Amino acid sequence: MLIAATIAILVVMIMAILRTIMGPTLYDRILAVNMFGTKTVLLISLLGFLMGRPEFLDIAIVYALINFISVIGVLHYSDASIFKRIDQQKKTMKKNS
Amino acid sequence: MKDLFSIIMLLGIYSLLSACFFVAMDAVDVAFTEAAVGAGISTLLMLVAITMTGREENPSRHKPALALVVVTITGSLLIYGTLDMPYFGLAEDPVHLHVAPRYINDSMQEVGVPNIVTSVLASYRAFDTFGEVVVIFTAGMGVLALLSVVRLPRDIAKDISKIDAFNKCMHEEHLILRIVTKVLIPFILLFALYVQFHGDFGPGGGFQAGVIFAAAIILYTMLFGMNTARRVINQSLIQLLAAVGVLLYGSVGIVSLLNGKNFLDYNALSADPVAGQHLGILLIELGVGITVTAVMVIIFFNFAGRRIDQQNKENNDS
Amino acid sequence: MDISSAVFLLIGSFLCVSGGLGILRFPDFYTRMHAVGVTETLATTMILIGLMLQNPDVLVLLKLVIILLMTLFISPTASHALASAAMQNKLMPVLDKNDANEKEASSNP
Repeated sequence: MLIAATIAILVVMIMAILRTIMGPTLYDRILAVNMFGTKTVLLISLLGFLMGRPEFLDIAIVYALINFISVIGVLHYSDASIFKRIDQQKKTMKKNS
Repeated sequence: MKDLFSIIMLLGIYSLLSACFFVAMDAVDVAFTEAAVGAGISTLLMLVAITMTGREENPSRHKPALALVVVTITGSLLIYGTLDMPYFGLAEDPVHLHVAPRYINDSMQEVGVPNIVTSVLASYRAFDTFGEVVVIFTAGMGVLALLSVVRLPRDIAKDISKIDAFNKCMHEEHLILRIVTKVLIPFILLFALYVQFHGDFGPGGGFQAGVIFAAAIILYTMLFGMNTARRVINQSLIQLLAAVGVLLYGSVGIVSLLNGKNFLDYNALSADPVAGQHLGILLIELGVGITVTAVMVIIFFNFAGRRIDQQNKENNDS
Repeated sequence: MDISSAVFLLIGSFLCVSGGLGILRFPDFYTRMHAVGVTETLATTMILIGLMLQNPDVLVLLKLVIILLMTLFISPTASHALASAAMQNKLMPVLDKNDANEKEASSNP
């Protein structure tokens, strides 16, 4: 049963990667990466149980936190208007110099 | 591919895949560190860096053909040099016949710590770990030397008067996030302490704990604003802490010297050698954790703070 | 013990796969977020409960409970943050079937 669940989660992770490549907007990609992260947490827990090493659960906890912090960070720093302003600044600097 | 944002995302996914490889190869400590550092903190720091430099890569001004030739020649010489080494993973390799059995067989009696990775990292190879900590400290010093912004007293007074207005407007925008973060951050810090001190028995240790601590502080900074975070976490205290960690590590070694044995030989720290090893490992892991936390926080505050100061300067100029 | 654990794992995997299908097949960003946000949390809960029923060792149980609580806090918050950021950056949801072709053509890459 554990092996079936592991295979199901691997299939879902491949679907998430497909959406990352295909997604037309930036937010589709961020959503897919977030989903990939939570499925990774489940995958690590299941692999830990399969291989008989419950120490992997520490990695699962850490990765859940890191996933959350990364998504918040990407949203915070990926505001499209900031990049437009920086690119404009670089163009004006090149024109002046 | 010229879009730096996608490149950073791909780097994050690559680090995550390496962490999965390490999990599959049953190397728990390495997977822990790779997941925490590679997929988390590095991606965040690089994202903050590209908000300062812009999203498109500058077109390169030189032809890469000469560089490619040099790299190919050097690479092939290096690969030719490694052909003499034994194959990876064979049972008759010297590393498997002499090095690994010595650590695996003798670690429990000499060091007394169940996690062999920690005993190798912190006791048998403590000098290499000292080098790693000094490298991290030097990286923090490099960032400080290049990017540090001197804050005059009148700037600080202006910041404090701006904090309340900023907090009010952030409060409506990010209400749910801020409340959930306030609930989560104590648990993240507690978990970081658990990882730090549980490194003897399970995966963990100083490096991972320092990264998790820094991640909690970065989360707080992102959601509550740079000014509030600078008031909560005093800049000079963090810089002092970075040095304190390295000094703690070095002084453990010097105490061993003063007691008559080699540098970083923990048997000299207490009457019973195994108790001395435990004490030594505890102290140096503490030093490692403190330094890693402080350096990550220094780097993040300098990157993010510089962007905010740039924005403030533009708002004042325009 | 084994049968109930297997049932929970089965339900969890089914929810997980349906969430994955949703993210591939739904037409718009906000509908995909529905698929992921709802099924992700519930599938994680089911699979973790299934794992808890398998191995009643105290420390392992405690860690699984911690992962469960954290996921219950974190997943909905991340979905909320993502949706509100998308809304603030003027990504409009598709409201009518006739709009679907226009939106796909005009959304930025």
